[in-house]
Amino acid sequence: MKKSKDWGIKIAPWVLLAPNLIIFAVFIVWPAIMGFTYSFYKWDGLGEKVFIGFNNYVKAFGSAEFWGAFGRTAAYALISVPLIMAAALLLANLLVKDIKLKGFFRASFYWPKMISFIIVGLSFRFLFGDSFGVINYILEVLGFKSVAWLTDSFFAQLVVILATVWSMAGYYMVMFISGLQSIPESYYEASQVDGATSAQRFFLITLPLLKPTTFLVLILSIIDVFKAYPLIKALTGGGPASSTKMIVQYIYEEGFTKSNLGYASALSMILLVVLAIFTGIQFKINRGGEI
Amino acid sequence: MGNAVKKTFLYCILALLTLTFLFPIIWVMLSAFKKSSELFSWPPSFFPRTPTLDNFIAAFNKGDFGRYFYNSAVVSVSSTILAIIINTMAGFAFAKYKFKFRDAIFIGFLATLMLPLEVIMIPIFQVIKRFSMYNSLLGIIIPPAATPTGVFLARQYFLSIPDELLEAARIDGASERRIFVQLILPNAKPLMSVLFIFSFMWRWNDYMWPLLVIRDMDKYTVQLALANFSGQFSVDWSSLLAMAVISMIPMLVVFLIFQKQFVKGMVVSGMKE
Repeated sequence: MKKSKDWGIKIAPWVLLAPNLIIFAVFIVWPAIMGFTYSFYKWDGLGEKVFIGFNNYVKAFGSAEFWGAFGRTAAYALISVPLIMAAALLLANLLVKDIKLKGFFRASFYWPKMISFIIVGLSFRFLFGDSFGVINYILEVLGFKSVAWLTDSFFAQLVVILATVWSMAGYYMVMFISGLQSIPESYYEASQVDGATSAQRFFLITLPLLKPTTFLVLILSIIDVFKAYPLIKALTGGGPASSTKMIVQYIYEEGFTKSNLGYASALSMILLVVLAIFTGIQFKINRGGEI
Repeated sequence: MGNAVKKTFLYCILALLTLTFLFPIIWVMLSAFKKSSELFSWPPSFFPRTPTLDNFIAAFNKGDFGRYFYNSAVVSVSSTILAIIINTMAGFAFAKYKFKFRDAIFIGFLATLMLPLEVIMIPIFQVIKRFSMYNSLLGIIIPPAATPTGVFLARQYFLSIPDELLEAARIDGASERRIFVQLILPNAKPLMSVLFIFSFMWRWNDYMWPLLVIRDMDKYTVQLALANFSGQFSVDWSSLLAMAVISMIPMLVVFLIFQKQFVKGMVVSGMKE
């Protein structure tokens, strides 16, 4: 045996792990530590770093702009997430039945997930254009007044939510379908014998047994929505008047447009804590005892 | 309600929902073939009155779209190949070897799910600069290749390979390297196709990495170009729509070829990049 070229059983796992470990260490762990350190400094990226303790955090929690962006993001999650889940569950329920063209229907529902957020944003911006958009045309044909979709804060927020639900529902539909398929058919047969209505079946059998999937979808979609930026960037750019500016855009602008690197890092840490809480819960339910 | 009535009702609802879901994309596609004068005519026409390829030609000529498309292809393909290789390696190590700190390292890998790019973009930018990857395609090929989801999927896949198979190969005198290259890799095709789809989709559609790493227009990826052009004061909708339509084609191809694996992969992984 050519010992020098071969991996021993002790070394093999480390050789196999090395590329991943190195990339993780350099591009995830190290930046995370750096970010944490930055958050205690005042720094514009070029000059001297000045240690200012917790001042960046104090500034964030006292900033109307921060609370604005954070509050909007929370509200955005609070409204979009239930809609995403309801849409996904509805679609999954329709598609789990024995129907023709199942593949086609399923594909058309999750196709939006396969295209980039930038294109989703652009498409909705084109559809909802104030003066030329087809949605306004349809409204006029139906006898309604046209709406200033993207120049009015309220309507712009509505379009952002619609685009979000449209782009994500199909992904979670697939998870719900697999959840539904794992419910034993015999439960439904038994209820049929007992004369349960389909509404009763849904609320008394489907929903309770679907709880783990539902919870996972809930957590994952909250995380998704909290990270939202590309879709909004292409759709409204955060406007009008910051009405659709979410936390990630706020961090990006503080860090890269205004060069407040320390402050932006503190904001990132706050976002990290929020995401860590939800990811932690996801861990617990998704792989409890499996690792 | 009779069964037939019920069925018809179900199909009607499905048809309506499908229409709602497909309409935005169909509208964008049809509009890309309209002359720019027709694009904003009122009332709008559904089908292009005089279908034209002008917008597509303009996108390639004026906007240098071919360049962005090429950059996106280079980045997506090379980052995906790298991802398949290193994630398969790591997944196999976690699944089939016993070594010190194995479980701790694996949990550490998964824990990085809490650190998406959005959370570390400020320091990542400094790291990218330090490694001279700023404004270079390498900066959007190498760092995103190692994903916790990829490692997780690979580990799950290899857990199902029986230990006896490896033991038998070792008794026959095969080295660990040979076991991996000649025994494991040829049997990992289903895993690799799942990794391929996910990684390709993430890289092709990604906006955040290019946004942070790339500065010069000649290194723009498709998504970066689309986002930046749409942010301009006067939006050139006709070529923008044409670019958007072309940029969806690679995903459509991947989707049609790998539909089955795709659905399976989504269900198994249940988590994100």
